[in-house]
Amino acid sequence: MTIAAKVSSPVKRQLWAILGFTAAVLALSAVLKSDYFELVLTQVLLWAMLSVAWNILCGYSGYFSFGHAVFWGLGAYTVALGMVQFNLSPWLTIPAGAVVGGLAGVLIGFPTFRLRGHYFALAMLAYPLATLYVFQWLGYQEIPLPMKRTAPILYMQFANPRAYVALALGLLVMSLVISLRIENSRFGMSLFAIKQNEPAAEAAGIDTWRWKMLALMLSGALASMAGGLYAVVLLVVTPDAVFGMLVSAQALILALFGGVGTLWGPVIGAVVLVPLAEGLNAELGNVLPGIQGVVYGVAIIAIILCAPEGVYWRIRDHWAKRQSEPAAPPIPSAAIGALPRNERAAVGGDLLVLRDVSIAFGGLQALDGVDLAVPEGGLYGIIGPNGAGKTTLFNVINGFLAPQRGTISFAGEPLVGLRPNRVCRRGIGRTFQVVRAFPRMTVLENVVVGAFVGAPDDAAARRMAATALDRVGLSARADVVAGRLTTRELRLMELARALAPQPRLMLLDETLAGLGHDDLDGILAAIRQMHADGVTVLIIEHTMQAMVQLVDHFDVIDHGRLIASGAPDMVVRNREVIEAYLGKKWAQQVNEAAK
Amino acid sequence: MSFSLIDFLQALAAGVLVGSTYALMCVGLGIIFGAMRVINFAQGDFLMLGMYAAFYLATGAGLSAFLGPSAGPIVAAFLAGPIVFAFGWLLHRFIVSRVTGAGAAQIEGAGAYGQILVTLGISLVLQNGGLIVFGSTPTGIRTPLSRTSWEIGEVLLNQGRCVSFVVAVALALAVYLFLGHTRQGKGLRAAADNSQAALYMGIDVDKAHRIAWSLGVGITAVAGGLLAGSQSFQPYTGFDFVIVMYAGVVLGGLGSILGAFWGGLVIGIVQQMSTLVLPYQLQNTAIFVVFLLIIFLRPQGMFGRLSERT
Repeated sequence: MTIAAKVSSPVKRQLWAILGFTAAVLALSAVLKSDYFELVLTQVLLWAMLSVAWNILCGYSGYFSFGHAVFWGLGAYTVALGMVQFNLSPWLTIPAGAVVGGLAGVLIGFPTFRLRGHYFALAMLAYPLATLYVFQWLGYQEIPLPMKRTAPILYMQFANPRAYVALALGLLVMSLVISLRIENSRFGMSLFAIKQNEPAAEAAGIDTWRWKMLALMLSGALASMAGGLYAVVLLVVTPDAVFGMLVSAQALILALFGGVGTLWGPVIGAVVLVPLAEGLNAELGNVLPGIQGVVYGVAIIAIILCAPEGVYWRIRDHWAKRQSEPAAPPIPSAAIGALPRNERAAVGGDLLVLRDVSIAFGGLQALDGVDLAVPEGGLYGIIGPNGAGKTTLFNVINGFLAPQRGTISFAGEPLVGLRPNRVCRRGIGRTFQVVRAFPRMTVLENVVVGAFVGAPDDAAARRMAATALDRVGLSARADVVAGRLTTRELRLMELARALAPQPRLMLLDETLAGLGHDDLDGILAAIRQMHADGVTVLIIEHTMQAMVQLVDHFDVIDHGRLIASGAPDMVVRNREVIEAYLGKKWAQQVNEAAK
Repeated sequence: MSFSLIDFLQALAAGVLVGSTYALMCVGLGIIFGAMRVINFAQGDFLMLGMYAAFYLATGAGLSAFLGPSAGPIVAAFLAGPIVFAFGWLLHRFIVSRVTGAGAAQIEGAGAYGQILVTLGISLVLQNGGLIVFGSTPTGIRTPLSRTSWEIGEVLLNQGRCVSFVVAVALALAVYLFLGHTRQGKGLRAAADNSQAALYMGIDVDKAHRIAWSLGVGITAVAGGLLAGSQSFQPYTGFDFVIVMYAGVVLGGLGSILGAFWGGLVIGIVQQMSTLVLPYQLQNTAIFVVFLLIIFLRPQGMFGRLSERT
């Protein structure tokens, strides 16, 4: 399979790169003449590891943390206090630090993931600083690690500084391999999807909460281990040095400098900036205290102003321009089987039933006692003027909003209270009024994200995605980045994404809006095809024209109430419907003409 | 957890007095966030700059000698405002404006975080540059006011803090009137509400942002100048106030100037009251806890509105 082959080769290449990097560091360590240089090298590796850990959460999922020092500091204190108070070896306490960091991740994640964007970043800032004061108050101002002359190796106290380089390198390589695994799995794809459009990811069946939590735990565990070894290397731990703002800042600055969301970005940042700051500090630290901070400050300002995507992408884009892009081979559509027809009766009982569903936003009654039933195999339309409550209705069905009153059942089971990804798992797909794509992923990847729900493994997800793309006629564009698509193609891609896990019910939110005549036909054909394949369809529109040809039943909503329901030609003649659309005056004229 | 009524009143009074200065710095931050939707990490460092500006004006420039040790530092605190205003103007002109407003849309990678990150960079440079320029020794402005108190019943009111209270409230009121009743103020509020629409209505949004930014850091600097008379400081001091300010602004409701004022006041009261039940070192931890509670329970704050669309 061409698709499968395409996945594994970059992974292999990256593994070689990691191996090459390891060899280079070991060679450098062998060549370096002074203990001081070995120490700087160790620090480069440890800061790189912190930044790689930061990147796993923040680079991949887009949730920026200004507080990774909390993990680093907890790791450092686990090692220091373990040694001072319980005589425990770092060989034990560094892994234990990983557990502490992971648990801290859970404790922090539970409340904090309720927040998004700037609020999340600000809340993360508070954790290390609050912890800093607590540790000061507990009296852990300065914890020196005791020298263990009787059993130095047992306590990681090596005479040869190269041993620390090797240890730090080992941890960093482990982090890089974990990162690489994440990038090329369902885990990484889900995080990328969350970063680019979280509601869409959730609606496509991605359990966003779970993946974010996992990423934070892993990130916290790795950062803690780096902090633990850092304590061993520096031999003294103070709250300011390990919980301070500079630690958190360094984690993100290194990653940003190199390239956020890339495997090598954090390493590039560490390799360039850490020796620079260290060197300047050693040379000028006496005359210019704080020069280190100035270097990081200037670096971050310069990188945001000049190359906000980071050095890694800059170099890659530069290279890519030189080499002409090889044309991607089209996916042979002959290899793709037909969508298996869902095994169920055609038009049967009611698949989706809403009873008395109501929701208000402040004083606005967005939905007011809506009763609705969609039979299995139906192709139903919901129409209504702008602001009638149509999209709110979809949001209530697929779990973005919880109704304040009423019940919703799907295939006989209640839906209210389920999160969108659970609703999706039950077999309800959805598209959005404004297309919610993952713009930096390819079309195929976009659809693969949608297919995860229904697929036992990643290979199956790819097959299902390819099938869905074929069904909507977008196979030829599978390898194009979604950001480059036309409106029509975006609509089709979103359709394919929702279709990939083979839902029983599809909610289409103004899929026809903003399309020209020619484009319209393609989409209508895709919808009819989907319906013919056995998917029950509920579609929202506010323009009637295209809908009259498409659907076999209309429900009309105005001001949150269902005002009419029935066959299309009946509904368009309904007085209330005309009034809702055109105003009272027109309704009267129509009435008079009818007389 | 036993304390007397007098302790309680004393903490309350201290909270209101300290809180007024916090309120003023929150107003500064609130203007910037309100108008530009930028989270300014460096706000605490502009506060620190205000402290040093007031310090050098009072001692080096001889204001204390000229106007007397009581009035001199107050005037110095006031004058710190325009100085930091001018500095902020230049920073916005050459750095900040390139990642905010119209320019921000093109930033990829760091995405919406470009602006925060630039202010983080500015913060690091100011803190550590401050260390190079001002040295790390804590310093303060000596004023007789901070060592004398008025007595009301058994409650002591520090005179220095009382004067700061009056100045802070007066300045906050002046800012409020400026925003509500002048052409620039209204333009600024329009730009804050909807910068695109304001642009189409002929408002120079970039200039409005520059005024907001400079005004915001200038006002916070005055608050710093006022604080400099009653506490010692060093180049890293500003950072201690970042959370104070964010807690205040978020409590009041991001984007609301009036809210920022009340939020800051409440934070001051919380901080001082916490000393009744918590050890002194943990009073800032109390602020963090309040800050996190607000974010989780009522992210729109006391005066803000929450709007989200799918």
